[in-house]
Amino acid sequence: MSLRTSSLDPRQALRDEVVLAGDAWLGRIQFGQYFRIVDCEGNQAVDTLFYDAHDMNERYSATETIRGQGGLYLTTGTALKSNLNRALLTIVADTCGRHDTLGGACSAESNTVRYGHDKRGMHSCRDSFLLAVAKADLPLDKQDLTCNINFFMNVPVTPDGRLTFEDGISAGGKYVEMRAERDVLCLISNCPQLNNPCNGYNPTPIRVLIWEATAT
Amino acid sequence: MSADAEPAPPLFREELAGGAMWSHVVKRHTTLRLTDLEGGVNVGMLLYNADRLSERYNMPDTLKAQHTAFVTKGRVLVSDMGCALLSITEDTAGWHDTLGGHLDAAETFAKYGQRTYQEARNAFTRPARDSFLIELGKWGLGLCDIVPNLNLFSKVVASEDGTLAFDGSRASTLRGAYVDLRAEMNVLVVLNTAPHPLDPTPIYAPKALGLSVRRSLPPGPGDLCRASRPEAARAIDNSERFFL
Repeated sequence: MSLRTSSLDPRQALRDEVVLAGDAWLGRIQFGQYFRIVDCEGNQAVDTLFYDAHDMNERYSATETIRGQGGLYLTTGTALKSNLNRALLTIVADTCGRHDTLGGACSAESNTVRYGHDKRGMHSCRDSFLLAVAKADLPLDKQDLTCNINFFMNVPVTPDGRLTFEDGISAGGKYVEMRAERDVLCLISNCPQLNNPCNGYNPTPIRVLIWEATAT
Repeated sequence: MSADAEPAPPLFREELAGGAMWSHVVKRHTTLRLTDLEGGVNVGMLLYNADRLSERYNMPDTLKAQHTAFVTKGRVLVSDMGCALLSITEDTAGWHDTLGGHLDAAETFAKYGQRTYQEARNAFTRPARDSFLIELGKWGLGLCDIVPNLNLFSKVVASEDGTLAFDGSRASTLRGAYVDLRAEMNVLVVLNTAPHPLDPTPIYAPKALGLSVRRSLPPGPGDLCRASRPEAARAIDNSERFFL
């Protein structure tokens, strides 16, 4: 865990948008720009995928990221690596301290496994991803929605190999900030899951901000 | 044939050298047995529904459904569509890694140096990523179909702060260890025997793997994987629905 604040001023941001609970967000972050996600009310999982904006076959890879730093949790200093083992972004500030990349995204189908077939109809991250991709006419299929980052989500792995979704360690106003190491496309599902503590059983809005590379 | 009876005789057997690759559609209700012949083999593995290749093994869904970071007997390997691809019906190794991923060519050569084909013929240094790409290519799949893979027979432990450590103490004890993987669908199994990416051994010395396939019974109500967790039972139910 490596806590670090940012000096960037939201009034200087190029983009400053609220993403409501359960909604998707798609945005482009240029090389050198800064990208901040704010957990407005606390304990909100933000399911996030990154793609190289010029070649979407190159995309965020959880295993390359984990192996690159030798550890499971993402925080200040983590290079978010691609499937070609190149940095897409670097986390430069983090007031939460720990983010997950093992938990994946919820889907109607995984909800049937985890909670029962009566939960199939509930809103899920993969549904948000699929609709966002379809509406933007991106060249991405279901199989391109790979193992994502869950900002602000707490999924500890114990030394004896247990993995659980725990109450978040985030709180209202905590944020994570990244610097883009190349031009990237970001796809977010502001997680609508209601069956486990990943959102404190109460999904809430997030705020996304982008600053110019020259902002600092 | 009951669950306790002697397993059926193998339909076929193969031996795969260290550093080599293999793929096969393991048919529904047959069981693939993988055996660590020498002790210390690592098996990087990816799984696809052979009848719908867009469906594949999903590490997060496998782990979070069963509240575990590794897999062993009683667990099911779950697809992104909520189906059990393979059920682990026997396992004498006790721990199979899901977190380590695999090395690409640059990482492999940086770690071990490169023994070329020209120098070493078929004992050349074969990166796991290259082996996946070759084997996937035979089925019309490629780079973008590579997801976080399994590493069978390898154990990686996370400390409280998330630091990962490879357990190198197990290798010699695993000689003869095996894992039985019962197919709940027709499953394209793509695997290779490159070393585990976090194995600190500086010498490229991948170990050989035994493979055999035999017929097995469909999982009944008392099946050990069904009984292990309600989530595993529902994943098996979802696989059965795929065929209805």
